Amino acid sequence: MSLLQTINTAIISLAANKLRAGLALLGIVIGVTAVITLMSIGRGTTEQITGIIQGLGTNLLFVQPEGEGQLTLGDADALVDPVYAPSVLASAPEVRAFATLVAGRDNTNAQVVGVTPEYLAARNLDLASGMFIMSPHVDNRDEVIVLGANVAEQLFQNRDPVGEYVRVNARRYRVIGLLESQGGGGFGTFDTQVLIPITTAYYRLSGERTLTGDVAVSLINVQVRDLDDIDQSIEEASGVLRLRHRITEEDDFTVISQQSTIETLEETTNTLVVFLGIIAGISLLVGGIGIMNIMLVSVTERTREIGIRKAMGAKRRDILLQFVAEATVLSIGGGLLGAGLGFWMTNAIDGRTLGTQTFNTSFSNEFAALALIVSAGIGLFFGIYPAVRASRLHPIDALRYE
Amino acid sequence: MTENQDNVIELHDVTKVYRMGEIEVNALAGVSLTIRRGELTAIMGPSGSGKSTIMNIIGCLDVPTSGKYILDGEDVGMLSDDRLAGIRNRKVGFVFQTYNLLPRLSALTNVELPLQYGKGGGRKDRSFEALSKVGLADRVHHKPVELSGGQQQRVGIARALVKDPAILLADEPTGNLDTASSQEIMWIIQELNRQSGITVVIVTHEHDIAAHAARVVTMLDGKVLDDTRQEPVLVPEPGII
Ligand SMILES: Nc1ncnc2c1ncn2[C@@H]1O[C@H](COP(=O)(O)OP(=O)(O)O)[C@@H](O)[C@H]1O
Ligand SMILES: [Mg+2]
Repeated sequence: MSLLQTINTAIISLAANKLRAGLALLGIVIGVTAVITLMSIGRGTTEQITGIIQGLGTNLLFVQPEGEGQLTLGDADALVDPVYAPSVLASAPEVRAFATLVAGRDNTNAQVVGVTPEYLAARNLDLASGMFIMSPHVDNRDEVIVLGANVAEQLFQNRDPVGEYVRVNARRYRVIGLLESQGGGGFGTFDTQVLIPITTAYYRLSGERTLTGDVAVSLINVQVRDLDDIDQSIEEASGVLRLRHRITEEDDFTVISQQSTIETLEETTNTLVVFLGIIAGISLLVGGIGIMNIMLVSVTERTREIGIRKAMGAKRRDILLQFVAEATVLSIGGGLLGAGLGFWMTNAIDGRTLGTQTFNTSFSNEFAALALIVSAGIGLFFGIYPAVRASRLHPIDALRYE
Repeated sequence: MTENQDNVIELHDVTKVYRMGEIEVNALAGVSLTIRRGELTAIMGPSGSGKSTIMNIIGCLDVPTSGKYILDGEDVGMLSDDRLAGIRNRKVGFVFQTYNLLPRLSALTNVELPLQYGKGGGRKDRSFEALSKVGLADRVHHKPVELSGGQQQRVGIARALVKDPAILLADEPTGNLDTASSQEIMWIIQELNRQSGITVVIVTHEHDIAAHAARVVTMLDGKVLDDTRQEPVLVPEPGII
């Protein structure tokens, strides 16, 4: 029998019992839809997160204290040094704390970041209104504040907050600026944060103190002159800090590049995508078992047909192919339907919110192709056993079967 | 053993033993039988005498436990399952008591079945021709359930004929039919034998049916008890098919 004829025969046989074929199909459809949808969610999430981080600029280094170590404003200033660290363009230290903000009867919790004027450029921030923190604010420990978009909305609704006052830990801060919204549901963005002068943050909010009386910082953002000099700038910054901290053995700080953060994150999220795929793959497997189940029933029911075909000259191979073709037609049919449904689902839930989680999906033809290949493979794999059983039937026994 | 071109079927001391656990059943206890090209032979005998068993061996659906079987000049005693399938396809046409048509397929597609497992094209034409021969040209698109028992059996005969086999084997072809339909079937079989010279072996336990054969082989307990040639009674041509 030709391949086309085999497929045609398979479709006729399947059509003879539509409900049963439909049920077997359903398992595969659900499996493939699940695989595609989950993988698309995984990929969408990855893209969103990397997008956010990339938006911050890849020419950044982060210096963080490690172990007993402390970083200070002095360290941050020392990193801008044309002699010892020529590839460093600017350094923007920060102090982080968490506080409750009150304006009139509205209040909200937010991350308070103490910063210097360099922070604006280093973190790629844009102002929607007002101005950013200036050197005199830092020098005078002024109680001024720049609000993230979400925080401003919560405290002042749609009003321009500039010139208004916000209470942070019972002290009044004058709002001098409003940041442009960064979007993306607020995850990891400045929309849910507020900025104040770093000295104000240190003396008013941070509990940490240094022996020297210098201002301790939680992180130094280092802006690199040229992305190609990233590795060199890590060396230079480390060298400067080792000198200042009189390090002879272990460093009491770490320098991480933005790029390596993205890479680590991508690795993690790729694992997530694969993991989601495997979980969904299990449902495909269950669908495959459904196909095997139905093919076994079908073989038993059609024992007599197999006997007749064998009497007419069908070889083992012919019978084997016939049943494998039926299983494969089922699984590929289910795979195609599932791919279509998965594509639709992916688009339907993109941007939708469930609770606090916004779905970001990214459909990929590769996922669809993968799911199709896997489902065809599953049809083959689970179709073979029933087909082999059918092909091995003895023609006389099969003909006699009631 | 000499090979005779005139002999289509040569069975030499064929035995068949079925093993059911401890018990052995000698379904055939040494049968030697030669059937010539163009003969119409009836096999008779009581139930359990081995008629179906010998038909299965002649039709290459089964192999003998011992002995030798030459079909159309080819020793088929020791062939693999797939080789036997090929021989069934090319040389044997089966007619069954229960018709054994595939219920989902039309008469035409049922008749096409043996052609699907062999070489050659023009399948639709050939199966239409075979159905015409049995007088069913106007029923080709009917499913088996839409046909009477006699008509279904005629589809079965068309299917057996479609590849011009060396032998036509019919195990109680009229066993499920009324007298009129039986006469119809026997008329077709006799006509095929007389006009096309096709070799026919037919199992029956009705003497009326066996009377239409030129030779009657009687079996008992897996052996040939009697082998007689006779003047066949001609089946009257049925009025309306
Ligand atoms: N597959 C089988 N297994 C065991 N015994 C069988 C089998 N087929 C036939 N027999 C036995 O072989 C003998 C001959 O059977 P069979 O050829 O069918 O007889 P008939 O067709 O003349 O009625 C019977 O005793 C029957 O029970
Ligand atoms: Mg019998």
